Amino acid sequence: MTARPRRALRAAALLGVASLALTACAGGGDTAGSSQDPVDSETALEEGGEITVWAWDPTLESVAADFEAEHPNVTVNLENVGTGNDQYTALQNAVAAGNGVPDVAQIEFYALPQFALAQSLTDLTTFGADELEGTFTPGPWQSVTASGGVSALPTDSGPMALFYNQRVFDEHGLEVPTTWAEYEEVARALHDADPDAYLTNDVGDAGFTTSLIWQAGGRPYQVDGTDVTIDFSDPGTRTFVDTWQTMIDDDLVAPIGSWSDEWYQGLSDGSIASLVIGAWMRGNLESSVPDAAGDWAVAPMPQWEDGQSVTAENGGSSLAVPAASENAALAYEFVEYATVGEGIATRVEEGAFPATVAELEDPEFRGEEFEYFGGQAVNEVLADSAAQVAEGWQYLPFQVYANSIFNDTVGQAYVSDTTLDEGLAAWQESSVAYGDEQGFTVTE
Amino acid sequence: MAVFALVFLAPIAYSIYLSVFRTQLVGGTSFVGFDNYRQALTDPLFWDGLGRVSLFLVVQVPIMLGIALLVALAIDGGRLYGKSFFRISIFMPYAVPAVVASLMWGFMYGTRFGLVGNLNDLLGTAIPDPLSPDLILAAIGNIVTWEFVGYNMLIFYSALRVVPHSLYEAAEIDGASQWQVVRAIKIPAIRGALVIATIFSIIGSFQLFNEPSILQSLAPNAITTSYTPNLYAYSLSFSGQQYNYSATVAIIMGLITMVIAYVVQLRGMRKES
Repeated sequence: MTARPRRALRAAALLGVASLALTACAGGGDTAGSSQDPVDSETALEEGGEITVWAWDPTLESVAADFEAEHPNVTVNLENVGTGNDQYTALQNAVAAGNGVPDVAQIEFYALPQFALAQSLTDLTTFGADELEGTFTPGPWQSVTASGGVSALPTDSGPMALFYNQRVFDEHGLEVPTTWAEYEEVARALHDADPDAYLTNDVGDAGFTTSLIWQAGGRPYQVDGTDVTIDFSDPGTRTFVDTWQTMIDDDLVAPIGSWSDEWYQGLSDGSIASLVIGAWMRGNLESSVPDAAGDWAVAPMPQWEDGQSVTAENGGSSLAVPAASENAALAYEFVEYATVGEGIATRVEEGAFPATVAELEDPEFRGEEFEYFGGQAVNEVLADSAAQVAEGWQYLPFQVYANSIFNDTVGQAYVSDTTLDEGLAAWQESSVAYGDEQGFTVTE
Repeated sequence: MAVFALVFLAPIAYSIYLSVFRTQLVGGTSFVGFDNYRQALTDPLFWDGLGRVSLFLVVQVPIMLGIALLVALAIDGGRLYGKSFFRISIFMPYAVPAVVASLMWGFMYGTRFGLVGNLNDLLGTAIPDPLSPDLILAAIGNIVTWEFVGYNMLIFYSALRVVPHSLYEAAEIDGASQWQVVRAIKIPAIRGALVIATIFSIIGSFQLFNEPSILQSLAPNAITTSYTPNLYAYSLSFSGQQYNYSATVAIIMGLITMVIAYVVQLRGMRKES
């Protein structure tokens, strides 16, 4: 079943047929009754209409323009109502108010369960999206299907890798670490050699911490409908805490928040010499840290156990169709165009890191040499990471809230005598209290 | 009257309405009476925040009003050269929006690339990080003082301007010193202005929001989501979707502010009469 859409995709790319044809192909395998007839999608596109898209991903601008050009009767109103949490708040308010709900909304993976649980999203199985399973890499697909059905289609993904500053590594004769134990050694060697330089920065970032626990095999969240288990005492979490507590205690992480001006300066001048981060950092380095062109390189994510090759996802977004959309069929056409159709090529060209197997396995994509990275075929490393993402991770159905109080709890481990362990326990406690208050059945 | 009802009473009524319900992600909305109030009054996060702004109030407000009063007296005293230059340059920060001021100071506080960092590099000193949990409240106090000294100075100064000159002349004839003039004439004459400025500052302290909210992105671990009661209400509502509880916190905070401002006003009035 997985081969069909992929083949369809290739055909579409090769022959340059309209996404219409692709839709017809993909829809062709549907069993009657469970999903729409291929004719319906064509009708939706021909009849046209207007859809509103809430997204902050800049690459969608070109995609929306191309989609309109291809389907003259369709108008796409692309609106940026804020990034991340701001957008979710607006969306939640619109859903609660019952009007002004967009037809398509960009939602990060970690926030999907919250909307899916509240039944704010259309289950895309209705349109045959369940057929797309093999089209996407396992990590993102797992994220969009975690709440049952298909809540959204992935637009990009963040399989993690080690981005490091080759110039700094050469200068101090450092070896690229393959395990976290080596990573700690390198961090120490670098900081000893140059007290102003750090191997990485961290002041407490929920996304980073959960991703590392994910890679280490920890599964602190178990969600089954409204039954939620939160437990940060499993062995995977322990593995992460042991290493990272040392990194913090021994002053091996720069006390600089990600996305701050100081962070960009550090990435630029080499005083932050590496990042273990999602694949989307490739495009971000190129555009936001232009001065360090030629310095950076990419290596596989350090491992918890020597010889393994397990990774995790860090970030990544999807496009969902809110349940209140009055034009769901057309909205889905757009989502499909942007995530599995021709939209991908446009978005990859503009720097997005795709979530589709076809792109990630495409020799041209994998082989592309990036001048910024000294001619390295960076995508090869990143695409390999996408295939190695550990399975079984779940986010809370109120992860947006949980992440918002991360710095109140775990963050204290970075600025006081509180340990990571105590911080995680406090985070767990606050999350449990919130879950209880919101009517979930929470066990610890 | 209709406008008054719509603009002033309706939002308050709506907040009170919200505060007696509870909406859950699972289970929807239900009427809970005073449960939210009970919860807020026993919520350590709320009391911690209130304690923090109260500390801020007792330390920062006297310093700010003291400086403002000194400057107003100095300018009014007429012994100062470039009087209007002083007046305008001290008032200037008030014209800078709080958000911009906080950002600006936030960058200066940086120990790596900010002014503090530069000073440390230049002088070899070790000024501690103003954005660390221990010092952040003082750092915020500094910003607020910088912003509002000029504003309060202007209130005092304009009150001083209307003191009749005949009083000063009479004092001079009696051989009163400058200090006696200040104590016996100027301060009593502007007591009303002092009370007003104090009340404004109390309200301002309890509503502390902009500065910590902006600095939060620079010091996420030092400024928690419940750092001040206002910030707490904001976080509850915007990241937790706890609109009902947020409305409750806002109402309690409003009541406390009103009571304290009223007490100060009563005291101020009594002394005046």
